[in-house]
Amino acid sequence: MNFQTFIFYVFAAILIFAALRVVTTRNPVHAALWLVLCFFTAAGIWLLLQAEFLAIVLVLVYVGAVMVLFLFVVMMLDVNFDSLRSKFRSYVPVGATVGALVLLEMALVVIGSSVAGDAAPPAPVGRNTKALGRLIYVDYVYAFEIAAVVLLVAIIAAIALTHRGRRESKYQDPGRQVKVRRQDRVRLLDLPAETKGE
Amino acid sequence: MSLLSAPTLAHYLVLGAILFAISMAGIFLNRRNVIIVLMAIELMLLAVNLNFIAFSRYLGDMSGQVFVFFILTVAAAESAIGLAILVLLFRNAGSIDVEDLGKLKG
Repeated sequence: MNFQTFIFYVFAAILIFAALRVVTTRNPVHAALWLVLCFFTAAGIWLLLQAEFLAIVLVLVYVGAVMVLFLFVVMMLDVNFDSLRSKFRSYVPVGATVGALVLLEMALVVIGSSVAGDAAPPAPVGRNTKALGRLIYVDYVYAFEIAAVVLLVAIIAAIALTHRGRRESKYQDPGRQVKVRRQDRVRLLDLPAETKGE
Repeated sequence: MSLLSAPTLAHYLVLGAILFAISMAGIFLNRRNVIIVLMAIELMLLAVNLNFIAFSRYLGDMSGQVFVFFILTVAAAESAIGLAILVLLFRNAGSIDVEDLGKLKG
């Protein structure tokens, strides 16, 4: 048993345990923290697979941004989470059945495949980030631009969904400005004229 | 393939399959709590990404890692919008229980 295999099993055990805790824990804050552990461990396994750039992106983007967002939302919502778990036990049989079925199907596919037992080819020379950057910016540049558009749509959608206009803001509404009529704005008063010397 | 030799592709594929099955079961276990369901979906995407990276390493093709990059992008966008919808839902319905959400039934 070489060192790489040892590291793999340690990380795999931590990953599976943390994943189990994510789906079974009572408190959603704890679930989010277990998910953070999952992402860190997965980043370790990706390092073992020599995908350094993606491992760092996983930690930065997921642990740094997405999970903080999750924690923020979980803590902001004042929900009684115990009532959401009231039927947890009754869902266990169907959940376990579906999980076992999925696992069985995937095991059949992996066992029946021919490539699965191969040892790793020699690691590519050169830096992972450089090779990945060359692929993204040369071969997959259109997909990269579409990904940028997807992120823009996500930003706009998230703001548009959650933004509540400020009550005290004095923005102009062009529709109401166009619709206004003369008698709404101008009032002619019939004042008696004053004469000099009275 | 022996369990104790250097990790082969099968090691990583089995790990990904176990992770996917756990999160699949998790969606059913926590089907009333939208937040945990979203977390289980993130776990599923992690399992898929693990498979992509393992194949990319063992078949010697970097394109798999590009796919993981795009999956990460889309998953970040998905969770941002999903959580925004969740906040909006809680503000309007006062609950995030899936069973309370029957308004679109008409």
